[in-house]
Amino acid sequence: MVKYLLKNYDSMLTLMLTHIQIVMISIAISLLIATALSILILRSKILSMIVLSTLGVIYSIPSLALFAILIPILGLGKGTAIFVLVIYNQYILVRNISAAFRSIDPSIIEAGIGMGFNSFELFSKIQLPLALPIILGGVRIASVTTISIATIASVINAGGLGVILFDGLRMNYLPKILWGTIMSAGLALTANKILVYLEKLASFKASGQCKV
Amino acid sequence: MNRIAIEFIKVSKKFPASKQYAVKDISASIEEGSFTTILGTSGSGKTTFLKMINRIHELSSGEILFFGENIKKLPVEKHRQKIGYVIQQVGLFPHMTVEENIATVPNILKWNKKDINLRVDSLLDLMKISSKDYKKRYPRQLSGGQQQRVGIARAMAADPEIMLMDEPFGALDAITRLNLQEEILKIQKKLNKTIIFVTHDVNEAFKLGDKVIIMDKGSVQQFDTPRNILFHPANEFVKQLVSSEDILQKLKFVRASDVMIPFGMSERDGDIRVNENVDLKTLLTYFLMGDVDYLIVEKANHEVVGMVTLKELKIQEVNSGG
Repeated sequence: MVKYLLKNYDSMLTLMLTHIQIVMISIAISLLIATALSILILRSKILSMIVLSTLGVIYSIPSLALFAILIPILGLGKGTAIFVLVIYNQYILVRNISAAFRSIDPSIIEAGIGMGFNSFELFSKIQLPLALPIILGGVRIASVTTISIATIASVINAGGLGVILFDGLRMNYLPKILWGTIMSAGLALTANKILVYLEKLASFKASGQCKV
Repeated sequence: MNRIAIEFIKVSKKFPASKQYAVKDISASIEEGSFTTILGTSGSGKTTFLKMINRIHELSSGEILFFGENIKKLPVEKHRQKIGYVIQQVGLFPHMTVEENIATVPNILKWNKKDINLRVDSLLDLMKISSKDYKKRYPRQLSGGQQQRVGIARAMAADPEIMLMDEPFGALDAITRLNLQEEILKIQKKLNKTIIFVTHDVNEAFKLGDKVIIMDKGSVQQFDTPRNILFHPANEFVKQLVSSEDILQKLKFVRASDVMIPFGMSERDGDIRVNENVDLKTLLTYFLMGDVDYLIVEKANHEVVGMVTLKELKIQEVNSGG
């Protein structure tokens, strides 16, 4: 185990960084799209139902199958991986973000509108800070999911920690399997910890219990 | 004659989901500096009436003038920034301190920091909340009454020309409500603000309003002073509504000069003199507490103008005399 680490730490680090990069890019793109989608579906109940159930259906497709379907269209590599990860995240994030905005007391919104906020000010000064705790909860779940699905993305040549894990499996070489598992689980746990902390901060702020 | 602050010209409003008009063909003028209450049951259209003024609800037909100009002329945000808005649920921003809440509109209008600070302090002072102790607190740390005080302060922050209040005291306990009613009356008289105030509480409407708009089924049933509404109800609906008011309430809206008879005797020791503007409820307490048969009515300059006996306090006399 340790011998493997000492011999390969630089390539392991590179794969870890690739993994983090894939996850971060996916989450960033996912958030942008999901926020826009959420704002859109908040306007209509029917639209909300259609969008959420479509995303639900997509979410239920196994990731390996989705990668396989997309290879002929998008080819191999990071791009395809990120595309799939973004699609999976939509279900988690859109549900969370739209629920977060719905959870805001309508009288707060009415007061804001009545005082003459335009819709951008209302969004940035009132809606976003108040919705942030629940949104971050969604980002946390999405991040952990993305970290795990991203390991599978190595089968389409996207790189990342899956490379170590699947190499180990193929070669039946225990240290590789273990390191691959430990690193991806560690990454997920760390991301979870950090986001739990941010979530807490945001929720203190939103309920007026501390200044941040 | 004061300027007209708000004028409704044949205003109707129909919500997309509803078959009936929420408000139908309303024309009314509200004077600058007046305290107008809108009284009605739920579904009477009173809140729609109010919320069309700051365009929370857009009217379907007709027009509303704001100091002579169509409210649609200005961009909607600019229009709303000129109007103070207070709602029953208060709607303070929970993630902002009391100070930041009150500074909302001045911040949108980009006042400088010093002016905002001064304004926040003076408003908290006006609303009888200690600025030193509460400025930095968050809404959740305040009682319901204090929250609404901050809500009113926030609405007045940029010195709006008119204030719209939608059942602002509806969720408060009776004692807090009475206190806040007294205070808003004082503030209104002091600052001469135009206030339009929606309530379903008959007492509150008559106590606060210089004029009362009574609404039912989307139209104005009567728009008059509390006194005229009480003694000359315009129709059966208004009559029903105010007949539930007890007689003591009604006596509050009649002054001594309205019912007095000539004073033909010479004044004796121990006679009580009252000002001609004192209301009949106060006069009644003199009769109940002291051993008097009549009260002498005088003007502010102490000139005797008449007298009142118990007989004049009878409500049928008031009815014919009012």
